[in-house]
Amino acid sequence: MRFLTRAPRRYWVVALVVIVFAGLPTQVTSFQSLEWAEVLIFAIVIMGLNLLVGYSGQISLGHGALMAAGAYTTAILVHRYHIGYLATVPIAGVLTGLLGFLIGIPALRLSALYLALATFALAVITPSLIKRPENLTQGVQGILLPPPDPPDWASSLFATVTGGPAMTSDQWLYYLCFAAAIILFWVAWNIVRRRPGRALIAIRDGEVAAAASGVNVAGYKTLAFGLSAFYAGIAGSLYGLATGFVSPDTFPLSLSFGLLVGAVIGGLGSIAGPLFGGIFTFWLPIMSSQFVQTQSWIPDQVASVFRNAGPSVTYGALLILIMIFAPNGLAGLILSGYARLRSRLRGVGERTTGQLPPDPQTV
Amino acid sequence: MTRTGPRLAAAAAFLVFTAACGSSSGGTVATDVGITSNQILLGNTIAQTGPAAAYGTIANAENAYFTYINNQGGINGRKIKFVILDDGYNPAQTVPLTKQLVEQNQVFAMFSGLGTQTQTSVRDYMNTQKVPQLFVATGATTWGLDYSSHSWTLGWQPPYQGEARIYAKDITTNHTGAKIGVLYQNDDYGQDYLKGLTDGLGASASLIVDKESYDVTATSVASQLVKIKASGADTLFIFATPAFTIKAMATVTAIGWAPRLYINSVSDVATYMKIAEKAGAKVDGAISVGYIKDPTDPQWANDDGMKLYRTVIANCSTCDANNGFNIYGVAVAYTMVDVLKLAGSNLTRANIIKIASSQLNESNPFLLPGINLTTTSSDHFPIMQEQVIQWSGEQWHLQGSIIDERGTIK
Amino acid sequence: MQEFLQQVLSGIASGGIYASLALALVLIYNAMGLVNFAQGEMAMFATFLAFTLIGHGLSYWIALPITIALAFIGGIVIQRVVIRPVERAPVLTLVIVTLGLATLINGLAGFLFGYLPQSFPSPFSVQTVNILGAAASYRDLGVIGVSAVVLVLVYLLLQRTTLGLAMRAAAFHPEASRLLGVRVSWMLALGWGLASAVGAVSGIMVAPILLLEPNMMQTVIIYAFASAVLGGIESPLGAVIGGLIVGVTVNLAGAYVPGVGGDLQLAVAFAIIIAVLVLRPSGLLGRRAVRRA
Repeated sequence: MRFLTRAPRRYWVVALVVIVFAGLPTQVTSFQSLEWAEVLIFAIVIMGLNLLVGYSGQISLGHGALMAAGAYTTAILVHRYHIGYLATVPIAGVLTGLLGFLIGIPALRLSALYLALATFALAVITPSLIKRPENLTQGVQGILLPPPDPPDWASSLFATVTGGPAMTSDQWLYYLCFAAAIILFWVAWNIVRRRPGRALIAIRDGEVAAAASGVNVAGYKTLAFGLSAFYAGIAGSLYGLATGFVSPDTFPLSLSFGLLVGAVIGGLGSIAGPLFGGIFTFWLPIMSSQFVQTQSWIPDQVASVFRNAGPSVTYGALLILIMIFAPNGLAGLILSGYARLRSRLRGVGERTTGQLPPDPQTV
Repeated sequence: MTRTGPRLAAAAAFLVFTAACGSSSGGTVATDVGITSNQILLGNTIAQTGPAAAYGTIANAENAYFTYINNQGGINGRKIKFVILDDGYNPAQTVPLTKQLVEQNQVFAMFSGLGTQTQTSVRDYMNTQKVPQLFVATGATTWGLDYSSHSWTLGWQPPYQGEARIYAKDITTNHTGAKIGVLYQNDDYGQDYLKGLTDGLGASASLIVDKESYDVTATSVASQLVKIKASGADTLFIFATPAFTIKAMATVTAIGWAPRLYINSVSDVATYMKIAEKAGAKVDGAISVGYIKDPTDPQWANDDGMKLYRTVIANCSTCDANNGFNIYGVAVAYTMVDVLKLAGSNLTRANIIKIASSQLNESNPFLLPGINLTTTSSDHFPIMQEQVIQWSGEQWHLQGSIIDERGTIK
Repeated sequence: MQEFLQQVLSGIASGGIYASLALALVLIYNAMGLVNFAQGEMAMFATFLAFTLIGHGLSYWIALPITIALAFIGGIVIQRVVIRPVERAPVLTLVIVTLGLATLINGLAGFLFGYLPQSFPSPFSVQTVNILGAAASYRDLGVIGVSAVVLVLVYLLLQRTTLGLAMRAAAFHPEASRLLGVRVSWMLALGWGLASAVGAVSGIMVAPILLLEPNMMQTVIIYAFASAVLGGIESPLGAVIGGLIVGVTVNLAGAYVPGVGGDLQLAVAFAIIIAVLVLRPSGLLGRRAVRRA
């Protein structure tokens, strides 16, 4: 048992978060499970975006397009070729990853600014690109996916644990997303603290210096794009399953934009950031259009102002404020707050032993 | 929500108590989820932000009519509460929001959800849950056509295909030698119109000499129009959303072309015609069809229905009374209230959908005189009558008589 | 042949629209090596200001200079308040901030002015002239004419005045300029003001054609990106030429390239962006290698 007491404190935090998320569907309604499944889906794709933007320093404003690739892979395989939906999730991830790898090659030649421009344009044309191959994507009609039924073992296990009714398909979807999120976060954590992660950070902080120390800059940058797209593909596939319907309008520019906002607000270059980002990206539009409406103490006029100004004003303002005042996002705020609190609790003595508060990471 | 929860529960308990004590009130009432003794809860998803935000006012206009009805005492003592959620025209938002309204807010029915892709995304769900998805705000033909497989879903406005068939009839009777060019939006909306026109022309479909599509991301439709002009067409159909229709009409004039113009009813609001004229378009003689009264049309100035509309819309502070979308909202809300009244003491979901889908026979004061909303056990398109209108001298003029397309779409 | 000419002419008309916004993009790029994602939205918002002024009874010719002045001040204020705190941050941060600005302005416009398309007056008549059998309206030609005038004015300001020299110096050699007594930060602010004013002119010129609504510039900005990149992103003349080429190419591709058709025109602009960036990042008239902020 010694290893338990000696485990770093953050391990305990991680365990707590995992337990809370594992038990969530037993505490909330079936519909709320679906909402939290979408939170996890956003967290996954933002994790991928974070690997690209936060670690390798390349920007993408077009991750909605990659999610679309994943979602349509699953939709077409399930709908047309009657492949089991579970099998399509990794296929969607791998295919989208390959696509990202291919995008990553020309991306090497572009400066950050031009990459932003090109991926922005990609996000804008995504819906019209989807419409074109009509016999494959069913054009604007979209593809309906039947809600996946939970397998018997999961259903009965859930009923036993909760002592309630059998598992719904929304709850099953939640657990699928939960499993995917656990695996993909674990993979990301392993990547960033090992050799590839250090190489990526070195590239981000100075390509020339990284190349001089023997890092294969081109290789790692393309790899980051492929990996990031793999995450987006998995998330897109799950998004299609959770929504039960994919169509061109499912992947507007605002989706790509919301993902970038989530990555920035959660905190680039951190492992916890994407989880905050997922929560934020999913809940902000809903909160801004619903929360204010249900507060009876707010005058109707004010409420309607909030609804009409809506998420875009909030998104825009928050994005600018975070960039100016807290470039490390929520994760950075919490870390520095914790560090400050700890140093205050332990007194100044601790500081003099050479422990410095964590450096603010450059974006 | 959490704040009102206990209060509602207390109110409900009190009402159950009084109902149990004083069972003197007449008749038993069959009710369902979303119905309390003093409230009917309806839900709605619509775009109030994003690319289709212009439509968002429809839900507010609907709410204005419900407020008007509530102020008059509601429906058999029950007031309508209408929950409007913004889905930004994105199906991925419509799904969780609709599930929220059904499972969490426990609405009695969904009413007038906007958009074809968005409403398609929840149709299977609504039908599995057996919750009415009433009078969706889209003219896609599928709502009435596929009723047999989705009997909890119903449209309201005339289907796009039916409208296009009326144009086809005008061509085959009055302009048999026309050379037709079509500009259409490359989605279900434009394609539905094109199909209706082609089907309606039947053997004369070869009159269509060119058809060109555009994407909603386009800034200009000049390339398409130049091509249609070059094909030798002398008649132009524009199946587009308002902004593109205005642009297209202005471009037609700018490239020195003057074809016979047909524009679809979604875009034929008088305000837009005037904007097009200001933008340089020559629109005199343009043909369209109408089914709803245009608030800016002086011929309705003293019309009872229009007066009622102006009274109703005053209940919505953000609504522009001259906006055609708002009278649409009030008109469809009128039908909804009618259905709820007809249900009387049998306020169940099953009964509501039964009345709406097969027993409707309503003359709606906001629709053109002579138009009747009808559904029967074999026909599930509520509005199937329209009238040809022609633009001249700053306003639309009704032409001929009401044309009935009932039974033609199969 | 007549159809081809008409396609080219309509393409040039659209190209004028893209060119006028691309010009504003180039100005910001020259001021600080940044592509302003909010440029289109700023132009749209300025046009709404003009619309409001005209709605309050001001004549077009009074509203126009007031709006340009307001846009100029607005550009400076935005630079001082929003951009300056992150001036030295990596380009990624700046891109994100301008994206935030774009969505903020778009939402604000929707909230303040509504989403219904509005007609906007134009000083140019909608009469058409016949050029070799193809028609063009004075309004379309007017957009190109005004873009050309703005181009000349910008050129004169940047190349022939001391202020222009200081602005260029501040952008390209900030440290050296500071030593020479140029107030670098204020020069950047002036660059933003200027770009914003040029954007306002662009918005006011194109609003009669595109119809004024909050999303008016949302896809135009992509074409403007393509135009600026094609012309060489630091060249004002390149932006105008690029705009015209993009307008014509997109039109012709839509009409004559099978598989593109009417509905993939934006994808053509995207293809232009990618092709130029990968094959010739300096564009047609760009001279230097791509510079990172």
